[in-house]
Amino acid sequence: MTGRMMSAVSRQRAAAGLALVLLAVAVIVFPVVFSSPVITNYAIYALIFIAVVTAWNMFSGFSGYISLGQAVFFGSGAYAVGIAARAWHITGVGVFALLPLAAAVGAVIAVPFGLVALRVRRHTFIVITIAVFFIFQLMAYNFAFTGGSVGVAAPFLPWSPTTFNDRFYYLTLGCAVVAVLVRRARFGLRLRAIRDDEDRARGLGVRTMRVKLAAFVLSATITGLVGGVWFLYLTQVQPPSGFDPLFDLSLVLMAFLGGLGTISGPIIGALIIEPGQLYLTIKYTNGYLSEILLGALFLAIVIFVPRGIVPTTGEWLRRLRTRGRPAVPPASQRAPAATGLRSEEPATSDEGRSRLKRRPEASGKKGRAGGTI
Amino acid sequence: MARQIYQAIVDGILVGGVYALMAVGLTLIFGVLDIINIAQGVLVILGAYLSYSLETRLGVDLFLGLLITIPAMFVIGVFIQWAFIRRLRGRERTSMTLLVTYAVALIIEGILYEIYGPNPKQLTASYVQSSVHVFGFYLSYIYLYGFVLAVVLVVAIYLLLYRTRLGRSVRATMQDETAARLIGIEVNRVAALTFGVGVAVTAAGGMLFGATNAFNPNSGYDLISRLLAIVILGGLGSIGGALAASVFMLTLESLVDIWSPEWAIVVFYAVLVLVLVIRPTGFFGRQPVRAQ
Repeated sequence: MTGRMMSAVSRQRAAAGLALVLLAVAVIVFPVVFSSPVITNYAIYALIFIAVVTAWNMFSGFSGYISLGQAVFFGSGAYAVGIAARAWHITGVGVFALLPLAAAVGAVIAVPFGLVALRVRRHTFIVITIAVFFIFQLMAYNFAFTGGSVGVAAPFLPWSPTTFNDRFYYLTLGCAVVAVLVRRARFGLRLRAIRDDEDRARGLGVRTMRVKLAAFVLSATITGLVGGVWFLYLTQVQPPSGFDPLFDLSLVLMAFLGGLGTISGPIIGALIIEPGQLYLTIKYTNGYLSEILLGALFLAIVIFVPRGIVPTTGEWLRRLRTRGRPAVPPASQRAPAATGLRSEEPATSDEGRSRLKRRPEASGKKGRAGGTI
Repeated sequence: MARQIYQAIVDGILVGGVYALMAVGLTLIFGVLDIINIAQGVLVILGAYLSYSLETRLGVDLFLGLLITIPAMFVIGVFIQWAFIRRLRGRERTSMTLLVTYAVALIIEGILYEIYGPNPKQLTASYVQSSVHVFGFYLSYIYLYGFVLAVVLVVAIYLLLYRTRLGRSVRATMQDETAARLIGIEVNRVAALTFGVGVAVTAAGGMLFGATNAFNPNSGYDLISRLLAIVILGGLGSIGGALAASVFMLTLESLVDIWSPEWAIVVFYAVLVLVLVIRPTGFFGRQPVRAQ
């Protein structure tokens, strides 16, 4: 039994590896095949949202602290690049050197924001993130150095219109890859434990505040960076576009559609929703119909696939493959490698807890219980 | 200067009464259903548009129109609860209900845009423009009438909650849903009625908001963020807290407004953040917000 499973697993791994290589090739040659700026524009926005939603999911999706203030970091990153370029008279391609600054600004804002907001849970946390979001939008309107409602414009990039989009395509692709790679930082299990039962997680030795804050800041750093790239692509930012309430909502919708707390879920969600939204906005310039459709889509998702596409499809596939037999043998028979099968799906609460319980024993010799960063 | 400050305090209290009305609906819904109704803001705007249509198409007086709009909004509220909120269960319920009510808000906003367009509207009546001179203060009639209406409706809700059988069921459900179910309270019916009542007050709130501010379908966002700040500050689920916090916040805002209108609204949110740093349950937190 175990041997057959092992070979199935390794075959599955090879297939997954091949799929990944094919996907990488497809993504890299995409702008060569579809060179039209109209199409690459869709791709760039999709990639921007893939990067941001992955960053959002890194914290909110795993910890259950739903943040509706991610646009704070996005907008701040955009403004940071614009204001710094203006103040230091940076022109041309040199502005890309300012992108680390955008990331740093995101991180610097996230520390006090997190220290305040992460003290409270659930509804109150959500409301605080909304409040901070509005504070930032109002500051962008009211301060002199943010240019008020006019906003800030980016320096002119001396790129020909034919290659402009292609370059940004690869830049945003890089951001998305960075976001996915950083996502693999080892917060996952501890954040899930916090989502399931924060007090118990703390009792078991997870330093909850540190873990939450670290994930929050990391998520903000990437969002700030992507905000900077978005600003350079769009060449301008105003308070309602940089700090847009629909931006936060779209992120949540993407994550929920794909599957909260999975890696591929939010990416799939972003790939479905962002181009759709963009298409509707371009087609119906008044934008009201797209709003109604977005709302209807929201409701449909919550009612029909409340757990998201990825977990639901995974369940169907497993049921199809095993025809009702349990997919994973009981723990007593389970080979260590077989757990690889389940890496993609969110741990159920019991699983999260039991795995967490084992950790302190396993790492006890090193003198530290599971919760260090 | 002193005169300006007194005037600001009086204005703040009067406007605070109107906000209290809308915030009570929000906090009541939270208390019973354990959800935050993000659509509350846009429902207020919907209430304002209903009054607007009644007034411009049929010539119905604003206050008289409430006899139609309050039941209409009650039905809309019961429908939203029945159609969407009722279905949500399980671990992600908090965030799910947030999304659902946000989705409802988006749909209503889109429909309002389709019907009325983006241009700001304002409700008009003889008593909206004229004002009365009392003790040296200029008070607009609409603020006075509005304050009286808000007080009447808040008292009505209070009586409903503390003097009727339904109210007892509602309070029992607020305290412990499982226990309420065990002693035979039909929790689902209580939830639907509470949602209806919480939404029905937006008809009155919307009429007063529309008579004192220009509004368009987009105004709901600004409104809901203020209302959320108020109910969190007052302590989620606490009706007295919502009343106190509305008057406090609106008075503070109108005081800061003397000094700088642009920053008045920032102070509004900054106070929220500051208070929660010191006291995470708000002023009158009935239940610890930290509990999960």
